[in-house]
Formats: sequence, structure tokens, C-alpha cells
Amino acid sequence: MRAGLESVASASARAESGPRAAFTGAGGRLRRQDAAFRAVTQGFAFLVLLLLGGIIVTLASGSWLSLSHFGVRFLFSSAWNPVTEDFGALVPIAGTLATSAIALLIGVPVSFGIALFLTELSPPWLRRPIGTAIELLAAIPSIIYGMWGLFVFAPFFAEHVQPVLISVLGPVPYAGALFRGPPMGIGVLTAGIILAVMVIPFIAAVMRDVFEIVPAVLKESAYAVGGTTWEVVWNVVLPYTRAGVIGGIMLGLGRALGETMAVTFVIGNAYRLSSSLLAPGNTIASALANEFTEAVGELHFSALIALGLILFVITFIVLSLSKLLLLRLARQEGLQA
Amino acid sequence: MPAPATANPAPAAAPALSREKVKIEVRNLNFFYGKFHALKGINLVVPERKVTAFIGPSGCGKSTLLRTFNRMYALYPNQEARGEILVDAQNILSPKQDLNQLRAKVGMVFQKPTPFPMSIYDNIAFGVRLYERLPSRVMQERVEWALRKAALWDEVKDKLQQSGMSLSGGQQQRLCIARGIAVKPEVLLLDEPCSALDPISTARIEELISELKADYTIVIVTHNMQQAARVSDYTAYMYLGELVEFDVTDTIFIKPKKKETEDYITGRFG
Repeated sequence: MRAGLESVASASARAESGPRAAFTGAGGRLRRQDAAFRAVTQGFAFLVLLLLGGIIVTLASGSWLSLSHFGVRFLFSSAWNPVTEDFGALVPIAGTLATSAIALLIGVPVSFGIALFLTELSPPWLRRPIGTAIELLAAIPSIIYGMWGLFVFAPFFAEHVQPVLISVLGPVPYAGALFRGPPMGIGVLTAGIILAVMVIPFIAAVMRDVFEIVPAVLKESAYAVGGTTWEVVWNVVLPYTRAGVIGGIMLGLGRALGETMAVTFVIGNAYRLSSSLLAPGNTIASALANEFTEAVGELHFSALIALGLILFVITFIVLSLSKLLLLRLARQEGLQA
Repeated sequence: MPAPATANPAPAAAPALSREKVKIEVRNLNFFYGKFHALKGINLVVPERKVTAFIGPSGCGKSTLLRTFNRMYALYPNQEARGEILVDAQNILSPKQDLNQLRAKVGMVFQKPTPFPMSIYDNIAFGVRLYERLPSRVMQERVEWALRKAALWDEVKDKLQQSGMSLSGGQQQRLCIARGIAVKPEVLLLDEPCSALDPISTARIEELISELKADYTIVIVTHNMQQAARVSDYTAYMYLGELVEFDVTDTIFIKPKKKETEDYITGRFG
């Protein structure tokens, strides 16, 4: 957006100082045209700010009732009882963070592998079919993922994978707590895995695109000192493309944090705080989708909006952290030194 | 060392050349970009610890020839070399050749400076770390040694932790040369190393080439005939994928044996 404005500005500067400006008539017309163009694009740009501000104000005013009623306790309470009107956001927050973390933990390495294979290792005839498959995967509506997760993946997972997880990892001290309880199929881990499948095409596509823009001669010079494909990608391609790669991961994370339909199908929608990833839970987006139509009490409604505000804040924090990460990486490389 | 026993000796192998120790020997090399026949039956001897220049008009195959010496072309699936290239009497075109070992031995510097996205120090240490586990003290010495060799040390010694990309173009190119020699190769391939540089940086790189040839076998591709005349001991003139003439640089520039070479040198063509 900013680049757009700059190029408009420089285009108008060119028009004014260029030889065309010598023809005064044409110069005036061009100047007016540019001014109009500038005003229109600027209007569009400010629209974004306006929308953002509007959404923040709406969320804040809508959640005021519940936030003032429960105070900070809203963040740390695992209660969610519409009958007694006792609400707390802990379970959906934990579920949102846990499912997104699982999605990234699985999705990022797999996407990196896909992008690496497509740009460095794959024979050329294989690139197009796999690339197209990734784009198609990204185009599948989330409700399809949800149904597939509930009817196909969850039963399979409950029957063949979860028992193994429980018997092998369950007894491990500390970490074992994550893998205890009955193999129900649905739950936080299932939702995380479905999310991973959903974010992989996004992250992989972005990574592939940014890997492709690495100048061939830069890669060649890394190969020329004798690097293997892995060494070249890990030490040269990845640092060179880090802004794009982190952008792609953030795109995936954004989708994982906000994904509603697919998660609702497989997470179990239970307001119970459990240390086990196999237990059902809830996420913010899923809670909103499930309860908005049924929220009768004003406090219930306001609590839901507060959940929305929290999701917004989480996304904002995640974005800021990624910017900080980029700054730190740049400093490590020495750009800021 | 006696004259190399080629089946099909390099054209116009001058007496001076037969006294040199052979580092690279190219035998009947043909190169293909897909169906395009880019190099046609090249026979050539690159002498050790000398500077050999490849000159010729654009598209004559000089860069292609250079890129066969470290098999850089092998990164691309539709490029193929047939024939033999012997580096220290070992055929590097053999499928058994370990590419990473080859590239440790035959370093390369490219047309545009290509600093890696890391600090100046790490740019040098990167290649070394691929082959050797050095204690940090020794690594520091190696980095300093390479930067000194590349005549860059004095300019960067106080900012080794800054990004390699923060240097000027000429400094970046010397950084790339330092990176190339840090792994202690035996051969250094330079693919138009000065074409993106200003005259002062070019002069420094040329000086550097003359100094480096005491230790390294250097092959340089250049568009600039004066540069070839200034820095090289031997010069090969190529045209349309063929090696037209190869001889001592002075002979090529003063008394070429072939009319085509003379036309190109004197600027009547090219």
C-alpha cells in the first residue's frame, strides 16, 4: 500500500518535471489527473484505517459489560456457564493457542520440505502437478475439512493413532500428561492436525514463491564453495528469504487462529480445562460460531464479544512478535550493527 | 613435466605451454543446453599457477566452458557435458566425482558480487565450516588470512560482524574472492569478476589476481580484452562454441596465428 502511494507520488513528480510538463496545457491536465488518482488511492488506503478503528471500537464497547463485570478474572477463569452467567475465557484461549501451536509445529516443517523439494530438488515435470495440488488444497472450503475431519480422520485417529500415543507417550513423566485419557478421536490434537493440513498449502505456497526469487547466482555461489543442497538452503536461501518465510508462517498462523468451521467439527466444544491434548476443548472462533445465535443473556453476549476482542489482541501480539523476530534476525546478520 | 599426452592436442600448443605443469586438461569436450550444442570439441590445457583468460564475443561459450570446471552446470537438469576434463589427471566429468569435494578444490567467483545474507565474518567462515571443524581461534586466523589475501582486511577489520551486504560493490567482490580462497582451493574460476565494478575496484581486483597466481591456478573469463592482456599469461580465443586459438597472451595479442583472432583483437569484429 505504501509502495503504491510512493510510486504514485514519484509518477506525479516525473510528470511535473518531465518534458511533457513543458507543454503547459498537457501539464495541467496531467497534474489534475494525477491529483485525482492520488486522492482516490489515498481514500482507499484510509478506508483500511477507518475499518480497523471501527472494529476495535465495536469490540471494545460490546465487551465492556462483561469485562467490567468480571474484571481480570475473565482471562483466568475456566468457568463458562450461561445459566449462572459465570464466564471466563481461559479454556477458549488455551484451546486457540494450543491448536494453532500444533498446526504450526506440524505445518511449518512440512511446508518447508515441500517448498524446498519443489524449488531445489524436484524434476521439472513434477513441479507443476504438485504446485497445482497445493493451490487446490488451499481452495478447499473449511467446512469440507471439518466434515472430513469428523467423519474420516477422527475415527481413524481414535482407532489407530491415539491408542498408540496413549500407551507409548502417556507414561512418560511430565510430557506424558499431554497424551492421557480415552481415545475419543475428537479433541485439541485432532483440531491441531486438521489445522495443520489447512495451513500447509498457504505456508508452502508462500515459501515456494519466495524461494524461487532467490537469485540463481547467489545459490550458485553457495554451491560453488561446496555446499550441499541442505547447507545452501538452510544457510543462504532461508536467511535471504526470511521476511517472506515469516510472512508466510504468519499467514498460516492467522488462518489457524481464526479458523472456525473445521475446528468446531473436531474439537468437541467442551469448556473443560484438561492437560491432555486428546481431550475435547474449545477455541475462541469455535465458541463464537456455536453460541452467538443462542446467547440470550446480555452478559453472555458481551462475554462472546470479549472473546472476539481477545482473539484480536492475540493476533496483534503475534504480528508484533513476528516483526520483533525479523528485527532481531536482521541485527544478528549485522544490518543494524 | 613432459607435454600432456592428448589424443587430440590443443590447437597451436606453443612451446612455452609445453614447459608448464598441467593443472586442468580438457579433452574433446562437447556441451549441450538441451539440444543446443554450445561447446564443440574443445581441447585445452590450463597450466598450474598461471592466469589463463578466455575471451570472445558474447555467447561464444567461454562462461559455459568455465562452468564445466566445477560442474556448476550439474545444478540444471537439461545441461550436459561430454568428453573429459582432467583436474590433476582425474576426470571430473566421471559420475563418481564427488561434487562437493570438487568445488572445495575448484573455487568460483561470479560476475555480480554475491555476498551471503550473513556477517562479513560468517561469509568467509561459511565455506570453511563445510569442510573443517576449526577451533574459533584458528577460524579467526583463517578469516583474517583470507581477507588479507583479498586485500580487504584493512577496510573491514573493525566491522566483521556487519552484514556482507553493507559493503560497496568492489568490496563485496573482494569479499567473494576472500570467501573463495578461504577454503584453500587449488583453482580459482573468475567469471567476468569486474564487469559490475568501477575502474578503481577493477584495478584492485586485477592486482589481486596477479598476487594470487603465486598460489593458485586462475582461469578468468572476461569481456574486456585489455584486462585479459593485463592479467593473463595464456589466452584462449573462442568463437561460436569453438576454441579458435590458444597461446601465450603476448602472442595472441601481438602476433595471433589466425585471422579470426586478429580481427577480434583489433576490433574489426566482435
